[in-house]
Amino acid sequence: MTPIHQPLLSARTLTHLYGHRVGCIDVDLDLYEGEVLAVVGESGSGKSTQLSLLSAQMEPTSGAVAYRMTDGVTRDLVALSQAERRFLMRTDWGFVHQDARDGLHMGVSAGGNVGERLMAVGWRHYGDIRAKASDWLGRVEIDESRIDDFPTQFSGGMRQRLQIAKTLVTQPRLVFMDEPTGGLDVSVQARLLDLLRGLVTDLGLAAVVVTHDLAVARLLSSRMMVMRGGRVIEHGLTDQLLDDPREPYTQLLVSSILQA
Amino acid sequence: MTAQPAYNFAYLDEQTKRMIRRAILKAIAIPGYQVPFASREMPMPYGWGTGGIQVTAAVLGPDDVLKVIDQGADDTTNAVSIRAFFVKTANVATTTRTTQATIIQTRHRIPETPLTASQILVYQVPIPEPLRFLEPRETETRRMHALADYGLMHVKLYEDISRHGHVATTYAYPVKVDGRYVTDPSPTPKFDNPKMSDCAALQLFGAGREKRIYAIPPHTKVVSLDFEDHPFERTRFDAPCGLCGATGIYLDEVVMDDAGTRLHVCSDTDHCMTRREAGFTGSEGAVAP
Repeated sequence: MTPIHQPLLSARTLTHLYGHRVGCIDVDLDLYEGEVLAVVGESGSGKSTQLSLLSAQMEPTSGAVAYRMTDGVTRDLVALSQAERRFLMRTDWGFVHQDARDGLHMGVSAGGNVGERLMAVGWRHYGDIRAKASDWLGRVEIDESRIDDFPTQFSGGMRQRLQIAKTLVTQPRLVFMDEPTGGLDVSVQARLLDLLRGLVTDLGLAAVVVTHDLAVARLLSSRMMVMRGGRVIEHGLTDQLLDDPREPYTQLLVSSILQA
Repeated sequence: MTAQPAYNFAYLDEQTKRMIRRAILKAIAIPGYQVPFASREMPMPYGWGTGGIQVTAAVLGPDDVLKVIDQGADDTTNAVSIRAFFVKTANVATTTRTTQATIIQTRHRIPETPLTASQILVYQVPIPEPLRFLEPRETETRRMHALADYGLMHVKLYEDISRHGHVATTYAYPVKVDGRYVTDPSPTPKFDNPKMSDCAALQLFGAGREKRIYAIPPHTKVVSLDFEDHPFERTRFDAPCGLCGATGIYLDEVVMDDAGTRLHVCSDTDHCMTRREAGFTGSEGAVAP
């Protein structure tokens, strides 16, 4: 058994510079199994840079990211080979993009999209793949009769749910989400959040959610991190942080939510 | 230094042939891997078999006997002009008999007569990349090959089954060569895919416009991709050849009149002729001329 007190993902003094400009500086974090961490901050605060670093899509200028693999061994992501990184990305990890178009093949049917990750890890039975895809469409509240329809025929909210099904079908342990509700209207956002919250709890997923929407952070995450100018300025339990913000910038963020 | 003739044997200069032979050797060493090569301008347009012609020119010797087929036929424009090209530039013997040829250049078909270890089959390939229509970026497809990341290839077959109830791809049907590289046998009909596996002859593929050469060495395992519950199936024909009565071979469908009467005939003209000379006849009752 793997000791539960070991983090799934951890970063130490993670720094990335774009030439002279700062991506993010000195980020430390530990993420445990089943935990959802929200990263909030305004545009250009380094949220997306951090997400790219954590998900091994970019190499940090300095600092390190370590991940506890399924075999229980914690490994440095930079030291992984490209093949290992790709394998991780399509099995144990998931990435939900803000624009569903980035995460889906628009010319491939819904079933094919969900099945892609299964086929990538070696599923070779059409009936099984289809049954699994159909099951997952149901779980993200897409009618199973639409399995052969194309994402182009889906609404924005459905596309996003399809992307989520596609991401979760291989039962990843860790999911990265980049503004998962961005660009959707509020009622669709609410449904999507509700769905995500259910799935995250049911599957015991660990997730890093980047968002500028504090409501998303409050609903989904247990812990939260506020970024500004590439640095983490405040870090703590979501409820605590939102109800009693310490930093002036966080206070500003929290107070700028319109009260309906 | 001896005086050089104005034109070199088999059109290409010796340096070019060396470059192509080097690419061919590499391709043989890594079965199914697409080796880039500096494809030359040929005196015919792309799409007419410039890749195959360069490969043939690089492996052709004065003693070789050349056969060229387009579809399965020796007598179509493309086949006739390529054969004429090598007669003119290399003065080699040509034949339409599969058994007599040492080099066979083909656009689609693999001859019905089993090939032998003393033969080389050269394919003209329009698009060598099997992943092209699924992933348009060359940088990405190369990475996918390098990492053997072939999930996308099965997505295409999945889409076929979900739309048509069966795998509707009938030509350029993707294969896995030697358990490693997914390769496009393009544009060969899938009927011929099983012939590629464990073939005694060397199979070379040349794509002139795309500047790629790949190879299947003799007796290499070639597997057509499929699903466990939708296994690969060879194209089957209901009718025998109308001229020679052959069954279990690849047939062309020919419309005979304005009423839409159809005749099925051997796509491999040499196979048909050989049978008719041996006395076989089909429904048309035609005897060898």
